[in-house]
Amino acid sequence: MKSIADIKAIREKMQSVVQMRTQGVNGKAVGPYKYQILVCGGTGCHSNSSAKIIDEFNAQLKAVGMEKDVLIVQTGCFGLCAVGPVVIVYPEEAFYSKIEVKDVKEIVEQHLVNGKICEQFLHGEAGGVKVKSLPETDFYKKQTRVALRNCGVINPECIDEYIAFDGYQALIKVLTEMKEQEVIDVVLASGIRGRGGAGFPTGRKWQFTKDAPGDIKYVCCNADEGDPGAFMDRSVLEGDPHAVLEAMAIAGYAIGAKQGYIYVRAEYPIAVNRLKIAIEQAKEYGLLGKNILGTGFDFDIDIRLGAGAFVCGEETALMTSIEGNRGEPRPRPPFPAIKGLFAKPTLLNNVETYANICQIILKGADWFKGFGTEKSKGTKVFALGGKIHNTGLVEIPMGTPLRTVVEEIGGGVPNGKKFKAAQTGGPSGGCIPASLIDTPIDYDSLIAIGSMMGSGGLIVMDEDNCMVDIAKFFLEFTVDESCGKCTACRVGTKRLLELLTKVTEGTATEKTLEEMENLCYYIKDNSLCGLGQTAPNPVLSTLRYFKDEYIAHVRDKKCPAGVCKKLLNFNIDKEKCIGCGMCARQCPAGAIVKTDYVAAGHKLPSYTIDAGKCVKCGACLPTCKFKAISKG
Amino acid sequence: MAKTSGVPFSGTKEQEAKLRARLAELKSVQGGLMPALQEAQEIYGYLPKEVQIIVAEELGVSLEKVYGIVSFYSQFTIVPKGKYRVSVCMGTACYVKGAGELLEECEKILGIKAGEITPDAKYSIDATRCIGCCGLAPVMCVNDDVYGRITAKDVKGILEKYN
Repeated sequence: MKSIADIKAIREKMQSVVQMRTQGVNGKAVGPYKYQILVCGGTGCHSNSSAKIIDEFNAQLKAVGMEKDVLIVQTGCFGLCAVGPVVIVYPEEAFYSKIEVKDVKEIVEQHLVNGKICEQFLHGEAGGVKVKSLPETDFYKKQTRVALRNCGVINPECIDEYIAFDGYQALIKVLTEMKEQEVIDVVLASGIRGRGGAGFPTGRKWQFTKDAPGDIKYVCCNADEGDPGAFMDRSVLEGDPHAVLEAMAIAGYAIGAKQGYIYVRAEYPIAVNRLKIAIEQAKEYGLLGKNILGTGFDFDIDIRLGAGAFVCGEETALMTSIEGNRGEPRPRPPFPAIKGLFAKPTLLNNVETYANICQIILKGADWFKGFGTEKSKGTKVFALGGKIHNTGLVEIPMGTPLRTVVEEIGGGVPNGKKFKAAQTGGPSGGCIPASLIDTPIDYDSLIAIGSMMGSGGLIVMDEDNCMVDIAKFFLEFTVDESCGKCTACRVGTKRLLELLTKVTEGTATEKTLEEMENLCYYIKDNSLCGLGQTAPNPVLSTLRYFKDEYIAHVRDKKCPAGVCKKLLNFNIDKEKCIGCGMCARQCPAGAIVKTDYVAAGHKLPSYTIDAGKCVKCGACLPTCKFKAISKG
Repeated sequence: MAKTSGVPFSGTKEQEAKLRARLAELKSVQGGLMPALQEAQEIYGYLPKEVQIIVAEELGVSLEKVYGIVSFYSQFTIVPKGKYRVSVCMGTACYVKGAGELLEECEKILGIKAGEITPDAKYSIDATRCIGCCGLAPVMCVNDDVYGRITAKDVKGILEKYN
C-alpha cells in the first residue's frame, strides 16, 4: 500500500517520462527516451491488427539497436477510427494513419534512425491536404476534450501514467480536504447532467442518495452501452479506466458507500480486461480497498458483466440484473436513490458522467460551467458513424451546432452524396433532417425537435438511406429487446412493427400512417420504463420530418431511396440489351426470359424480366456489363 | 424449451468438475447466478439443459429460474456454436452501410439462418449487436478475426478461408 507521499513521488517521477507527450515541447526530446511511439489499442484499431504493429515495432527497434531509446505505448482510442490503425511518434507528434505491419520497418529506419518524418504515412485530410499532428486535423480543431482527456495519451494499463496526468489527485483532495457535503456541493454547482441519455442533474442524484436513510449504500456505474452505433463509454473504459474508478470512489465517499459495481457489456472484452487490470493496480496501491491511503475510508469495486440485453441499460433493470435475475425494470418510485441495488440506496451514473467528475473536483465547478450552454454544461462525447468521412469519437462543448459536427469535424458525407439526416439517441432517439442541421446539440434543443441526446450515438445518413427502413431497423431492435414485462411495450411495439412492415411492402394506406401515429402515443404513455416510452421515437420523428417518403411508400408504392425491396422494380432496357443472357443465368427465380425483339445494331434478341416471377433479389444487376438493367 | 439444435450434448467429466468447482465459489456471491452462467458458457460453449441442471443444483435455485435467465439474455445460447462462428454486426453504423446484405450472403452461402448451426457443426451464423468497430463498418467476424469495410462480394472469399 502506498501513502499520499508515495503517490506524489510517483507522479513527479512519471511526469518526466510523459512530458514529451504534452503540449509545449516543440518537437524536442525530453526525458529518458529519444522517441515515444503511441499506437492505438482501441477496439477499432485492435481489430485492424494494431497489436501486430506493436510487435513489429519491438522487433524492428531491436534490429537497429534502439529498443532502449524508444518507449512504445499502447493507448486507448485516439478518436479518428476511420483512418486506423493510428500511430503517433513523439517528440515531433507525427500523426501516421492507416499503418500496416509492413510500414513499420520504414518508420523505424526513416524516422527513428535518420530523423526524417515519413511524409508518405502522414494523415491526409478529406481534401487531400497533408496535416502533421493530430491537433492540426480538422477533426480535432473544434473538439474540447474533458472526458476523453487521457484517451489516446496514456497507457491505460499503467497506473503510473494515469498518476502522472493528475490521476488520483481528486480522490486525495476529497479525502484530505473536503467534507462529504462539500463534494456534492461542487458537483451540484457544476451543473453536470447525466451523460447516459435522460440528462438528470448528477449532483441532485448524489444528494438524494446521501440523504437516504440506511447504513449500506452502493455506487454503480452503467457501462451497458447497448445503443447500436455508440462506443463512447467503451472508449473511455479502454482508454482511461482509472478515471472511472477514481470518480466512483469519490462518489462512494460523498454518499457514504463502501462498495461499487461496474455493469459492463460482455461484448467489450478489451474494456473489461483493462478495467480488471486497473482495479488490481488500484488495490495494490491502496487506492481501492480498506483504509484508502491511510485515511480510514474503505471502498471496493467489482465488475459485473452484462449478457446482451439492451433493457439492462435502464437503471432499475440494470440493478435487477446485477442481483442475478432477468433484467426486467421495476416501477419507480421507489427510485434507486431510496431503494436500489439489493434494496439499498444506490447511486447510478454513466461512464462518461464519472469521467468528468475528477476534473470538476480538481478544476472547480466554475471551470466546468465555462463549457456549454445555460442548461447543458460541459462537453459531450459522440460516436460519429455512418455515411461520414471521419468516423470516430468526438467530444464537443454542449451547444455546438450539428453542422459543425457533420461538416467540419466529420468532414462531410463521402462520395459526393447529400446529407439527409442525422440520428441521435439510437433506438430511443430520432432523426434530425437536413433542414435542422443548425440545431445546437444540447439536451433541451434535441428534445424540442423530437430527438434526444441519448448516450451519444450520432449516425449520419445520406440520400441512399430510406428513412422508413431506418425507423423499421430501430423498431425491430426494440421489439427484440423489449423485456416483455409490460403489455404496452411488448405488444405495442410488435403491432407497430407490423404496420411499418406493411408500409415497406406496399400494402399500407394513408390510414395506416394515422394508426401508426396513434399507436406510438399509446406506447409512449403506457410503458413502464424508458425503453418502451421512447421506442416509438424513431417512427414519430421520421413521420414528422420525412412524411413525403412515407407517402411515397403508401400512395405511389415506391421507395425513393431504392431500399425497400418489395417496392422495387427491375427493368431491362431492350435497346441496350445485347442478349448475352448473363442475367438470366444468375436469376434464381427464372424470371428473366428471352423476347423476340432484336434491337438495332444487335445480333441477339433482348431479354425481359417477368415481374410476376421476380423476387427482387437484385442478383441480375451486377451481371450486366451494358448497364441495361435498372431498378426503381 | 425453445428450439434446440440436432447436435447431441457431449460434455466431458473434466468440464463438469471445472464447472462445479467454480459454482461452489460463486454460491456465496450476491447475485452470483449471472456470473455462474457466464462461466458455464465459457466452459461448454453453450448452455444446454444438462448444463443448466448442474447450475441449478449447485446454486440451489430452480431450473425455471435458470432457464428464465438463459432465455432472457441474448448472449446465452442453448444452441451450440460452430467450429467457425460467423457473426455479422447489426449495429446502426454497419446497417446503414449494408450489413444486411452481408448477412443475407452468409445465409445464402452456408444454407442456414442467423442463430443456426450447420448439421456438421462446422459453421454457425449470428447477427450480433454493435461490436463497436463502427469505423470499420460494415463488419463481419469469423471467430476472433474481424473483417471490416467489406461488401457482399467479399463474403465468399472470407468464408472459403475457413474450411
